[in-house]
Amino acid sequence: MLNVSGLACSRGERRLFSDVGFALAAGEWLHVQGENGSGKTSLMRLLVGLSPADAGQIRWRNEPAPSVEFRRDMIYLGHHAAVKEDLTPLENLRLAAALDGIELDEGAALAALIRLGLRGREELPVRVLSAGQKRRVLLARLLTRPAILWVLDEAFNALDVAAVKLLGELIAEHLSTGGMAVLTSHQPLPVPGGKALVL
Amino acid sequence: MNAFLATVRRDLLLALRRKSEVLTAVFFFVIVTSLFPLGIGPEPGLLKKIAPGILWVAALLATLLGLPRLFAADHSDGTLEQMALSPSPLGLLVAGKILAHWLLCGLPLVLLAPVLGLQFDLDASTLGILTLALLLGTPLLSLIGAIGAALTLGLRGGGVLLALLVLPLYIPALIFGAGAVEAHIAGLGAGGHLSLLAAMLALAVFFAPWATTAAVRIALE
Repeated sequence: MLNVSGLACSRGERRLFSDVGFALAAGEWLHVQGENGSGKTSLMRLLVGLSPADAGQIRWRNEPAPSVEFRRDMIYLGHHAAVKEDLTPLENLRLAAALDGIELDEGAALAALIRLGLRGREELPVRVLSAGQKRRVLLARLLTRPAILWVLDEAFNALDVAAVKLLGELIAEHLSTGGMAVLTSHQPLPVPGGKALVL
Repeated sequence: MNAFLATVRRDLLLALRRKSEVLTAVFFFVIVTSLFPLGIGPEPGLLKKIAPGILWVAALLATLLGLPRLFAADHSDGTLEQMALSPSPLGLLVAGKILAHWLLCGLPLVLLAPVLGLQFDLDASTLGILTLALLLGTPLLSLIGAIGAALTLGLRGGGVLLALLVLPLYIPALIFGAGAVEAHIAGLGAGGHLSLLAAMLALAVFFAPWATTAAVRIALE
């Protein structure tokens, strides 16, 4: 489904990586590894189409990405909080879905927040939540946005032990239903299997 | 289309949670336009003459005051990135943000202008032309300003650069907007000026969201 070949990226004069290639089929996931500054985040941003590659190509369902179809099938969660501090978790989830053109009813949004352990926090402004809780609000989008490919950049940061385990379970569930994931992390991930890519 | 309306609703909701940011621009407009009659003194002839220019320059600066916030908050917290990756076309979402900006920073100026115009001894028909000119002109200011806001996104000291970039582009709107009111006072009829303002607005509605979207994509790279 996802085919990447000959990808190269440089920042200024410095070549970060070149000739990076991998392929993912339904149910597979990729662990992108590398030292700080080796270009993991650059690779992720390049993959989702936020920045252009120096060389190489990305194909999704045999079509060049990023296409509208690719954007519909993919969800990217990066370093940013990507939630509005002045809104409640519930409003954040529902508005994010509305911007994506998806109708999300309150029950489904609430169920996602409860699954992420935010019961009783859904009506508080995100501003008053802790860093880990903010991260959980963002991760709740994985449940409310139907996507095949999850691109998660350092998604395990700021999470406590229980949340790391929960996210591991969510990814494993996603993979078992034919999903795919590309993850970066410095720690060993609680997800079985997976290909590794070292930058 | 739903995504467009959702963006408008989202930005209005966010503004509602932070009222002070919106009220600053409106108060700025009220205070600046009130300072001139106080400073110049009660000379109806002179006030009438300078009224269109002052109201328009104040509207222009008040719009400029709200522009840096148009994309900056969404850029720094990463929600702009999510919009760029959304299945909805980014152009639609950007257009929604521009409309929300006008509803918050432009429309209040249009509604306040007839009241503030009274300070300059403008008669009812002139106030009508002034309001109409601002109704056509303020969306134009928001549309042009959005391009500048997107181009200066993420730059240090972007606010000053934004003013330098956008103010020269506001000159045509200022000339024809204030010109419409002056022409009406002189008894020449404001039709020509208003038509030109409307033509510029039509052009901007078509091109500005597109240019803004391109600038946002560059800022996100």
